[in-house]
Amino acid sequence: MVHRITPLASVAAAVLLGAASLPGAVQAATTAFAGARVIPVSGPAIANGVLLIEDGRIAAVGPRDTVRIPENATVVELAAGQVLMPGLVDTHSHIGEMAGADRSAPIQPEVRVLDALNVRSSGFKRALAGGITSVNVMPGSGHLVSGQTLYLKLREADTIDDLLIYNADGSLASGLKMANGTNSRRDPPFPGTRAKSAALVRQAFIKAQEYRQKRAAAEDGVEPPPRDLGLEALVEVMEGTRIVHFHSHRHDDMMTAIRLRDEFGFRMVLHHTSEAWRVAEEIAEAEVPVSLILIDSPGGKLEAMALDAKSAPALERAGAQVAFHTDDWITDSRYFLRMPAMGIRAGMSSQAALEAMTINGARMLDLEQRVGTLEPGKDADFVILSGDPFSVYTRVQQTWVEGVKRFDLEDPDDRLVAEGGLGALVDDDGANHVHEHHGGRQ
Amino acid sequence: MSASKLPRRLAALLLTLLGAQSGTALAGDIAVRAGVLHTGTGESFSPGVVLIRDGKIAALGPAASVTVPVGIKLIESAVATPGLIDGRTVVGLSGAMNQPHDQDQLERSAAIQPELRAIDAYNPRERLVGWLRSHGITTIHTGHGPGEIISGQTMIAKTAGDTVEDAVIRPVHALSATLGEAAARHHGRASPGNRSKAVAMLREQLLKAQAYAAERAAAEEEGKPPPRDLGLEALAGVLDGELPLVVEVHRHNDIMTALRLAAEFDLRLVLAGASDAHMLVDEIQAAGVPVLLHPTMMRARGPEVQNFSFTTARKLLDAGVPVALQSGFEGYVPKTRVVLFEAAMTLRHGLDFQEALALVTLSPAAILGIDDRVGTLEIGKDGDIALFNGDPFEYTTRVTGTIVEGRQVALYEGEDL
Repeated sequence: MVHRITPLASVAAAVLLGAASLPGAVQAATTAFAGARVIPVSGPAIANGVLLIEDGRIAAVGPRDTVRIPENATVVELAAGQVLMPGLVDTHSHIGEMAGADRSAPIQPEVRVLDALNVRSSGFKRALAGGITSVNVMPGSGHLVSGQTLYLKLREADTIDDLLIYNADGSLASGLKMANGTNSRRDPPFPGTRAKSAALVRQAFIKAQEYRQKRAAAEDGVEPPPRDLGLEALVEVMEGTRIVHFHSHRHDDMMTAIRLRDEFGFRMVLHHTSEAWRVAEEIAEAEVPVSLILIDSPGGKLEAMALDAKSAPALERAGAQVAFHTDDWITDSRYFLRMPAMGIRAGMSSQAALEAMTINGARMLDLEQRVGTLEPGKDADFVILSGDPFSVYTRVQQTWVEGVKRFDLEDPDDRLVAEGGLGALVDDDGANHVHEHHGGRQ
Repeated sequence: MSASKLPRRLAALLLTLLGAQSGTALAGDIAVRAGVLHTGTGESFSPGVVLIRDGKIAALGPAASVTVPVGIKLIESAVATPGLIDGRTVVGLSGAMNQPHDQDQLERSAAIQPELRAIDAYNPRERLVGWLRSHGITTIHTGHGPGEIISGQTMIAKTAGDTVEDAVIRPVHALSATLGEAAARHHGRASPGNRSKAVAMLREQLLKAQAYAAERAAAEEEGKPPPRDLGLEALAGVLDGELPLVVEVHRHNDIMTALRLAAEFDLRLVLAGASDAHMLVDEIQAAGVPVLLHPTMMRARGPEVQNFSFTTARKLLDAGVPVALQSGFEGYVPKTRVVLFEAAMTLRHGLDFQEALALVTLSPAAILGIDDRVGTLEIGKDGDIALFNGDPFEYTTRVTGTIVEGRQVALYEGEDL
């Protein structure tokens, strides 16, 4: 039985313990951040804006002359050049020494990232240093189904339980990682071709359909089928409570993923999508959200040869929902804000780039009611930047999660993580990984 | 900066004649008028004009002071800088596909192979060369990469040219060495099996090269044909100071090992990568060794590199250590880094614009010893220019053209001419 801590309860616990005993704990029940340029994402930027937070949630957002700041509130004065915007949502990361499926089989939906994360890894601190407040930690892409992902809030954590997010029905907020293309192709029992990959996935979902039918029949007094952890997860996918995060690069592989989605009726986000620019219209038509990664050069593997940042504006023009992700370590979480700037470089609009870092990612994780914009009632997850979010000169100065300051550039320990140096990284992914100079895969 | 008209015309005429005589393939006449022209010397002109005749810079200065002759193509640009220089890469030997057939930067058959020439493996039409070119990079120090004690030779090339002969400006620049974990293990052979063994092997080979050089000198003195050993010949070049030894090294104790070896054999050492350099600033400064620093955004994976700092360039500059950026080597995606992007990241870690620009222009040129030709926009230097539609280091800015020796070789990022 997982010990459940709701976001609200964890904030309440922090308040009870008192600000003095917890570094970075809630400083007052009500706090107003005033004077900065506030970018709510849900609406236009507000010069000399105010963000009012109360008990870990947003109480009000608006221009200074319209937001009433309670008398007992702590007021944090910010400079006009600073920017306050929603905490960033990373839809695809591998921080925390994550692990998923092993080499025994290509389809392992029963494996959970939950059971492998090291919450004391500095990977979480790197993410906070980059302004990330919500993250989808995924297993790798070397399998057709590599396991259950985990949506996390980057709260203060001694155990993994402190980071978890729960759905309204009490279930863990989590997705399922799938992949096609070349990463999941290996020697048997793994598939050797694309067609075999699709066939194996279809067979697994057909089995899950049958399992689901047997379970439904059991409710009418028939003996239920024995529990099958993998099939349970696939059933959740078909019931729409578990979103599939589908790694796919080539245009035909993306269309295959959409075909599978349509056959089995699951909800899906396409990830990476090097060649999305080639099928942007089709993706938009299929109403499949896309989580993009933009990197410094194409190649590194054959299916990324046609990777092009023009996917970002192409998808935007086609009307598709677009988010960005770090795929940390592919790109370091500390520099997540490069990604929207690179999208703009390729022709994306500033508003789409902002949404791609925040609310669209939240939508892809079913978290849009809680995070992704600065709106009353949402979690007080936000970042304070030294300037324009898309400028290379800008630094992340503070990152707040549910009203708790989780990163402060002025704090020497936090600064060490942000800037690197001796001891900056602890138990980070790949601490024992060899720095390979000859084609090491991640 | 402006010369009087007559001498400039004479100079241009002379340059044209010289160019015609030597039949330079890349020769070109072109002029750039930029809203801001950064010369890379610290001086900028707003607006500025640079005139290139026959591949070389013939005139530059404030726009009003430079007359562009009729018939010369004039390119307008918001911003222009010297063509960028990648202090160290493997691009051209390493290709984008990352398949065995396009990975020639590391030969795994032996730990010490100084005889491997970069020119015998460089593919000037490799897509990644084009990628760098279209991002304003006009000169690269490329060749054999890290991963063996001595993996081979490096070369310096322009990013334009259809053959290696067209592209290369120095066929043999340095020997590429590696110390630490990367050279000591993972090669599948018995030796070297650890750091000490790797260093012992290198010292033994350097002693052999000393003996070889003496034997060769003696043979020449006696008028006999000297013995030929390609590997020892190259090592002898390192021993007599003709070739620098570029050592990829990351951990602090391995950096000290490199300094120790350099002192023992009086080597022209260049540190490459140098993750832990921020812990040894004084020692590196005292040794007078330049640093081709790892990419700012190198992935901090593994015990060798996990202590790297984004602030190292600042610390080395403060101590007066010559430092330039390298794109290094990537084994997966992205298959190459772009020094333009890497330099940009130093801006939030203490460098100002001119310092960041120098990391990818004048500094690598000086460390590589090619600053008489490239690295700044000055009269007589190569007409290598990068064009931008805004602040070169902002990610929202695009490269809008690349000029190599007076010839426009890229129009737009990712698009070659």
